[in-house]
Amino acid sequence: MPGVVWGPDVGSGLLALAVVLPVAGALLILPLGRHAERVPHLLFMAGLVLATAIAYHVWIGGVLTAAIGGWPAPLGIVLRADGLSAVMLLTTALVLVPVGIFAAGEFQPRTADGRESRAGLLFWPLMMGVWAGLNGTFLSNDLFNIYVALELLTLAAVPLVTLEGKAGTLAAALRYLLFALLGSLLYMLGAALLYGTHGTLDLTLLADRVRDDASALIAAALMTAGLLAKTAMFPLHLWLPPAHGGAPAAASAILSALVVKASFYLVVRLWFDLFPSLLDDTGATVLGLFGAAAILSGSVLALRQARLKLLVAYSTLAQLGYLFLMFPLAGGGTEAQPWTAGAWSGGIFHAVSHAFAKASLFLGAGILVQGIGHDRIADLRGAARSLPMVIAAFGLSGLSLMGLPPSGGFIAKWLLLTTAMASGRWGWAVVMFAGGLLAATYVFRVLNRAMATPEQPLRLVQPVHQSRQLAVLFLALVSVLLGLVPAIPFELLQIGGGLSTVEGFR
Amino acid sequence: MSVDSLFTQPGLYGVTGALAIGIGVYGLIVRPHLVRKIIAVNMVGSGVFLLFGAVADRAAPGPGGDPVPHAMIITGIVVALSATALAATLTLRLSRETGRTALPPEPEDPAVQDKES
Repeated sequence: MPGVVWGPDVGSGLLALAVVLPVAGALLILPLGRHAERVPHLLFMAGLVLATAIAYHVWIGGVLTAAIGGWPAPLGIVLRADGLSAVMLLTTALVLVPVGIFAAGEFQPRTADGRESRAGLLFWPLMMGVWAGLNGTFLSNDLFNIYVALELLTLAAVPLVTLEGKAGTLAAALRYLLFALLGSLLYMLGAALLYGTHGTLDLTLLADRVRDDASALIAAALMTAGLLAKTAMFPLHLWLPPAHGGAPAAASAILSALVVKASFYLVVRLWFDLFPSLLDDTGATVLGLFGAAAILSGSVLALRQARLKLLVAYSTLAQLGYLFLMFPLAGGGTEAQPWTAGAWSGGIFHAVSHAFAKASLFLGAGILVQGIGHDRIADLRGAARSLPMVIAAFGLSGLSLMGLPPSGGFIAKWLLLTTAMASGRWGWAVVMFAGGLLAATYVFRVLNRAMATPEQPLRLVQPVHQSRQLAVLFLALVSVLLGLVPAIPFELLQIGGGLSTVEGFR
Repeated sequence: MSVDSLFTQPGLYGVTGALAIGIGVYGLIVRPHLVRKIIAVNMVGSGVFLLFGAVADRAAPGPGGDPVPHAMIITGIVVALSATALAATLTLRLSRETGRTALPPEPEDPAVQDKES
């Protein structure tokens, strides 16, 4: 529709394009088959340009909205991008480009003898599906449209786990699928209750109509429980490590860095934008306790893993826990406090910097599997000498996990920590310190091994292409750079956000 | 809500939907067989659709009702169909490759850890 794209509001056309582009990509790659080699990379680059353009529009002109087909809410579906959506969109695009470059070394639609490779081809439409689901989730302003985006995300993410066809990943994928399906159904049940009470599913309209009553509380509880299952938050986390640890490295990177963040993003949207008055001390504390349990149990389990990929997967559980500390710290019935905005930004900033760090870690583990033939931590001696870029990237990403400066993870954890201390809630601070120490232990456990001198020089079983190593290093560098230039993302984050983002909670 | 309102048509739909959701969640947690789990997920889904139908009738009583929930139910059924197809395919593959029709009780299954060693 030229009227939408080139009309006076180019911005709303951009929003529609952000959802259309990956869907069109998936539809294009399948029929192209073995001729589709370059298409995904071009699309990822276009996606990055698009996300940058949307972020720029939001930065300059404030919140962007687009009523699809010219139908306004409540009948039509509205896409909306505020600062938070723009940041998530940009993170997604910036992670996808290097992951795409990395994956090209493993998944080629065309085999060496010119035929079509099944896994090599199918990987790319599935990635496009994940991308469409992510963009749809971040941009939809309608609870049911979000449900569709979430399901698209699940249906594209689960097959990625089994792409290598190993028997062990089938059980992991099924467990993932069952958790995710129950999660989305609980979410939809909550949405149905809200529609029954208020007659709309548009987030903006709902936010005005929702009262502080029992039906809203039940709906919010059902939706949160469903989304926690999809985020793999304690106590619904058991599906994540085998699924993320068993998937091909490029898929694990996307799953751990981005897919679990989509449902976290929705929990934030629900409690800070839709039901701010419902988030009382008890509810916020329960969410925070889940987060604390995830930090401690995830870190301890990560320490006990023998394989690097599983260690990284358990570390995801722990790092997701930090995200949920923002609920007791930024919400929870406190009067507008100067520090609550810090906790909110800290939580979101953690989601972003963890995305880059974790993508880098999973890709790095994938390179180790390719280069030295395994990822057993005990036998990593000499890896730093043979694959210096990968181990350096591991160290840099490790900074974010530990929360050491200069890294994005440091800024995020520092914001959460100062909030906890400023409001005198020491319990949360102690959990964060413990989590940081445990993270340092498991990161150094790997680095120690990798930097040790082997008895005989480590021989690579298979050469690793330079571009794949650079992709890993690039992601690690971004996670560190986020700690050096935090001012820009913060100002962007606050555009169009609820009260909590600017001056704390009512 | 009075007891009488349960015996209206939307009331019955709502109660049936709630029962289906309860049975489905119970089955999903308790039954180990994967086919039962898939059916249980579909029970929950059908329950949610029934509730949505009750909502449609309450919003605009009479024939037709509120069309918006109807559109959502149809979308939801399409999604449930695809999800069921994916789950059934994975279950078939799992039983062909390993001979099992249930998930291992502990997710930290050695199959995932051992496959590369």
